[in-house]
Amino acid sequence: MSAKANDPMPGCDKVLLVQAELDGELGAAEAAALELHRAGCEICQQAQAELLRARGLMRGEPYETTPDAVRARVMARLQLVEPRLQASPARRWRWDWLRAPSIGFGLGAACAAAISLLVLLPERNDLTDAIVADHIRALQPGHLEDVVSTDQHTVKPWFDGRLDFAPPVKDFAADGFPLKGGRLDYLDGRPVAALVYQRDKHLIDLYVWPTSGAILHLSGDTAIQGYNVVHWTADGMNFWAVSDVERGQLDDFAALWRKGS
Amino acid sequence: MLPHLDAAYNLARWLMRDGDAAEDVLQEAMVRALTYFASFKGVNPRAWLLQIVRNTAYGSMALNRGIEIVPIAEESEDGAGAELVSAAEDPEVALLRTRETSHVRALVAALPVELRETLVLREFEEFSYKEIAEATQTPIGTVMSRLWRARQLLARAAHEKGLA
Repeated sequence: MSAKANDPMPGCDKVLLVQAELDGELGAAEAAALELHRAGCEICQQAQAELLRARGLMRGEPYETTPDAVRARVMARLQLVEPRLQASPARRWRWDWLRAPSIGFGLGAACAAAISLLVLLPERNDLTDAIVADHIRALQPGHLEDVVSTDQHTVKPWFDGRLDFAPPVKDFAADGFPLKGGRLDYLDGRPVAALVYQRDKHLIDLYVWPTSGAILHLSGDTAIQGYNVVHWTADGMNFWAVSDVERGQLDDFAALWRKGS
Repeated sequence: MLPHLDAAYNLARWLMRDGDAAEDVLQEAMVRALTYFASFKGVNPRAWLLQIVRNTAYGSMALNRGIEIVPIAEESEDGAGAELVSAAEDPEVALLRTRETSHVRALVAALPVELRETLVLREFEEFSYKEIAEATQTPIGTVMSRLWRARQLLARAAHEKGLA
């Protein structure tokens, strides 16, 4: 390992490709070309055997999950910095907004289904998919709100300091759409506010973030996997509402918002 | 639950090689992440968090330069060895497993830190080369050769010890 330190393996310059193939980094054509080469290259065959051994060794190693005591101390420290993390005991360990684009297995399947719709749907559907996927994820137990309150005067200030804009927050309890709370989410390449409303036994997520440029996607609606989506812009903000309530009810909800804004 | 806390701890644990040092790094990194989340513009929060963990770990190592952190015998470390063992497992098999695990872990711990972090991000987090390159602020070519050297050193050391 002296003068040869930067020379992966003397004798063949393709060993890093062998490794790339094992790591799933090669395209089909590259992999096929490599296969041809490797069949006649002893060095690459040895390299592959060595790489597989190393992988086997690492696979036997445990993932270091956080010991409970460490987790508790980390949370205590974080709550000093951000007391509101402690919103409720059931939510103490959660930091929902940090997992925004990360998705669980079930949702992975949902996303795959959503992605398969991409080819059929008009533009903006990547965002629509992201919104529906996020909504489905939020419906998983314990993922819905970071701040639980039916009071818009509690929910609105909660967003202060967490976002670089002040989202409008309204309660429509009198019209049958009570506010349940809010959370931070991540969409369209930026943090956004998500307001949670209830309609009978259904939940509505309303995502709000500032419009970015002169081009506004004015308004529209669509449905993905049984979820209705309505979006509009007003006062420099994008609004996207998604829910499994009937289309008509979601339209009513949007109309209430637009009337007041 | 804090979804990426385990990933953060795992990386800190492998980088620092010592439970207490790893916790310090974890605490510091999580506070930084919480503080700076508003300025996060990427799409991969886990990679972003791990980059913070990694930078914090490097900062901590720089501060402690000269004080080599040597892990005490793995098994005695606040019962960590025992935690690795599932209750359902046959005790003898479990003990054997724990021992083998410690040996491999010692070999990984002996790797230079830049090789170790590359290996951990690839094998545990299953990061792509591109993600590793971003998290470690290193060109992809370097990521590939580091990964290669890490694995080669690991495989050969294990071979010498009769582990593989």
